[in-house]
Amino acid sequence: MYRYDRFDHQIVAERVAQFRDQVRRRLSGELKEDEFRVLRLQNGVYMQIHAYMMRLAAPYGMVSAAQMRMFGHIARKYDRGYGHFTTRQNIQFNWLKLQDTPDILADLATVEAHATQTSGNCIRNITTDEFAGVAQDELIDPRPYAELLRQWSTFHPEFAYLPRKFKFSITGATQDRAAIEINDIGLQVVKNAQGEVGFRVLVGGGLGRTPVIGTEISAFVPWQHIITYAESIVRVYNEFGRRDNLYKARIKILVKAIGIEEFRRQVEEEWKFSKDGPSTLTQTELDRVAACFTAPDYERLPQTDAAVATLLQSNKGFTNWLKRNVKPHKVPGYAAVELSLKRTGVAPGDATAEQMDAAAALADKYSFGELRITHMQNLVLADVKQSDLIALWEEAKAHGFATPNIGLLTDIICCPGGDFCTLANARSITLAKAVDERFDDIDYLQDIGEVDLNISGCVNACAHHHVGHIGILGVDKSGEEWYQVSIGGNKGSPASVGKIIGRSFSFAQIPEVVARLLQVYVRERHAGERFIDTVRRTGLDPFVEYVYATPVPEDEKLLLPDYELIKLGTPYDTPYYSPRF
Amino acid sequence: MLIKDKSIVEDEWTVLRLKEGEAADSVTVPAGRVIVPLPVWNCQHESLQGRSGLGLWLASFERAEDIPDDVSRFPVIAVDFHKYTDGRGYTLAYRLRNQFGFRGELRAMGDVLRDQLFYLQRVGFDAFAVREDKDIHDALNGLNDFSISYQASTDNPQPLYRRVERGVAR
Repeated sequence: MYRYDRFDHQIVAERVAQFRDQVRRRLSGELKEDEFRVLRLQNGVYMQIHAYMMRLAAPYGMVSAAQMRMFGHIARKYDRGYGHFTTRQNIQFNWLKLQDTPDILADLATVEAHATQTSGNCIRNITTDEFAGVAQDELIDPRPYAELLRQWSTFHPEFAYLPRKFKFSITGATQDRAAIEINDIGLQVVKNAQGEVGFRVLVGGGLGRTPVIGTEISAFVPWQHIITYAESIVRVYNEFGRRDNLYKARIKILVKAIGIEEFRRQVEEEWKFSKDGPSTLTQTELDRVAACFTAPDYERLPQTDAAVATLLQSNKGFTNWLKRNVKPHKVPGYAAVELSLKRTGVAPGDATAEQMDAAAALADKYSFGELRITHMQNLVLADVKQSDLIALWEEAKAHGFATPNIGLLTDIICCPGGDFCTLANARSITLAKAVDERFDDIDYLQDIGEVDLNISGCVNACAHHHVGHIGILGVDKSGEEWYQVSIGGNKGSPASVGKIIGRSFSFAQIPEVVARLLQVYVRERHAGERFIDTVRRTGLDPFVEYVYATPVPEDEKLLLPDYELIKLGTPYDTPYYSPRF
Repeated sequence: MLIKDKSIVEDEWTVLRLKEGEAADSVTVPAGRVIVPLPVWNCQHESLQGRSGLGLWLASFERAEDIPDDVSRFPVIAVDFHKYTDGRGYTLAYRLRNQFGFRGELRAMGDVLRDQLFYLQRVGFDAFAVREDKDIHDALNGLNDFSISYQASTDNPQPLYRRVERGVAR
């Protein structure tokens, strides 16, 4: 993975000093909250219901074992012993004190990490394929380009106060695992007819209140020009994006309003000034960065491992795990392994400090000391020898990482929701727990197969409910929490936005609604058809008819007042500045 | 007071802002060095164009293209940040410097605060009328938050990798 040089170190150190002074001035009252808010957000610091929350950056999801250990250290020292991995391939901590946040940045700097631009109306953490560099269907490793874009966007002086947040995603594979169609700018690394590397560029995708699938603005931008081209897009957006309405401020609204042809014309006009200028990438710089992403020292191994084949005959648990959590690798004898962070009874994406240490140890032992965070809120060990799979499985089980549910219904994507977030209309973690408990039957889940279930607590769509095969959205109806259900969304290859099936449901009705949707799928499916394929073939009607045919009962257990997922513990002891206290 | 070229100096200019009831075509532009808003310049073009010592200010929603004259006619162009979070002024400054060749004083005024000065300076501002309730001496520190930057901008038209030899730290 990318290693800092002295300039990276210096820039990060100066950022720590800058933020330390800003926090000092906030605590002394020199800075008012309105002046400070934007500064803290651009360092990932939010003010949530219980405490400050901080989102740390894992650029394009890559994490070293040392960084993962540091996350564990932060969880123990500054938080309550756990953290939450996010859909943006980052990690966030929920129970922080403002005065500790500069120390957290300083600790991160020691392992070449930071929290830069993980929030705010600026260019955010760039995401990519969690199998970048190892996927069989990859044409070009996107990570060197992601790193070059990271450096360009880091502290970009012109783009720190955009109309709204701005997200890039980049893939180099045939199958889009990076959801490039739902990002402000989606990049696909491609080769043209002459074999030259460049980017297919999509613009104006996004979820939130108005979900939009991105549109192609250019079929091919040569790699040398991607910085100036991206800069031209963001510059036009900075000038013309709406600033009068928070919900209409994303670039997707601008592109829709003026049309892709006119938007493209404006970008090309702007690009004339910078194309071939000094910001054109050089081969030397690409080579320098790409050298950090060369293949590790793979051994020459047989395609399959005999012991794995034997255990597959006899052990159902291992078979389930292998089927769901182990992914193919481009090098013979290797595999990519997903560590599931979706256990019944635990908030999706949460991991304890001990688990972070364990994951780091597993990475050191089995995968060249590197991990990836997935947008599905799990972890990946990308370079595991097939001959290590059995030992790894045993260790993963011991640390609670081996739930064989990757891609299944209970691999729920979930935002923090009403339990933590000031924006939420409804609880999502708690609902995920209720669904988990209802479907805690691995044979049934295996039979149902791949289903993306996404639960967002509000329209900001942090859990990407629009592109869930089943999407659940918390809505507010005169102060009460209700849930809108949609089906038919898909996150990529091709992306689609789900359609709402009808009137909303109460919290306690949702598990039964999901059960009914699955019953219709089982009834209607053709052999080999996934849930999403069936929905696409039949349309919504059979699902709507069945779900609403009879009143949906409420699960009595979910109505009990003490139904909750996590023990919130004692109330936060020094509620510094939190407006909720 | 004003921060100009990294020092605190007396502000020799007066900024003309239209008060309630005043109109761009009828407001009296006082004598001396005055920075006038674009609508006043447009409406009173004939009487003002002979005057030297006249500056122009733009609101963040106005664009360099809106200026009917050669920008080099103005010794000062100011950009008014009605809120510090309105980032249009950054692109406006960048374009004035890099696409319109403006070499005079480029001044940030309005909601101008210490923690924005570093980026403002990078895109091309060289003068800062810090918001009046803030300590301008303290604000001056904001110009030095970083000693290096990755990407090119007005202050440094070359990206870092073209300025220095980069390589993994050992």
